Amino acid sequence: MAVIDLANPTRFLALVNRLLPWLAGATAVLFVLGLYRAMGAPDDYQQGATVKIMFLHVPSAWLGMFGWGVMSVAALGTLVWRHPLADVAGKAAAPLGAAFTFICLVTGSLWGRPTWGTYWVWDARLTSMLVLLLLYFGVLALYWTAEDPGRGARAAAILSLVGAVNLPIIKFSVDWWNTLHQPASIFRMGGSTIDPSILTPLFIMAGAFTMLFVTLHLAVMRNEILRRRVRTMQLMQAQALAEAGA
Amino acid sequence: MNLGPHADFIVASYALTLFVVAALIAWVVLDYAAQRRVLGDLEARGITRRSRRNEG
Repeated sequence: MAVIDLANPTRFLALVNRLLPWLAGATAVLFVLGLYRAMGAPDDYQQGATVKIMFLHVPSAWLGMFGWGVMSVAALGTLVWRHPLADVAGKAAAPLGAAFTFICLVTGSLWGRPTWGTYWVWDARLTSMLVLLLLYFGVLALYWTAEDPGRGARAAAILSLVGAVNLPIIKFSVDWWNTLHQPASIFRMGGSTIDPSILTPLFIMAGAFTMLFVTLHLAVMRNEILRRRVRTMQLMQAQALAEAGA
Repeated sequence: MNLGPHADFIVASYALTLFVVAALIAWVVLDYAAQRRVLGDLEARGITRRSRRNEG
């Protein structure tokens, strides 16, 4: 099967039905391994055991931004090629990205209280992440409230592209402004500043969360394709009834 | 495993994440079952998509 064949929703559904059990299994295995390593990781010399919150907070932050990245690429497919699968991909990524951004914000707040002495501060990293969550809510509102699904999809695609400006702001906020949030410590020039005994479980948990996102994204896309088929068939049924009554 | 003096914050973080992820999975599974059920009802009433008719 060529990659272009996957642009056909029926072929895409067949592939997703075959892939999902394997992806779900791989996700479960990665989570078991990641949680086992995370629980066995040593305490941080300054933060103590609260460093264990990092194994949830950091992957959620990555996926909150990754979700918007997926929506931005899908938005190009919607606006430039007007391909329905692109819109399906964008719409499916929105609730997932919002959920992981929400997890990131709440776990960050719970981590901040014992380490910084406060649940929240209006610094650049935290505020730009909150803006990301509000942008997700905006996209979801456009999808859920538009009377014409096509217009809603185009409006959501435009907001997705405009909102992508926020991604580098989130990433570099800790470098551009003086923030309470720590600077980059994983992907940075000169290598990570985190000890391998903590970095390895973090990468495994990041892999598990990413696999979970991919699995859920494909499953939500499958649901959305079925929902559109239902809508088409209901319209056909209504049309047939109207013609029979005329 | 000793979670130290801030165990409540750690447990709350893991509980919240578990709840959100479980809610996402439940939503996906229930939505899939609902869409399949409605599709099955429509097909049982003889309504098929144009592309499906062309396949036949």
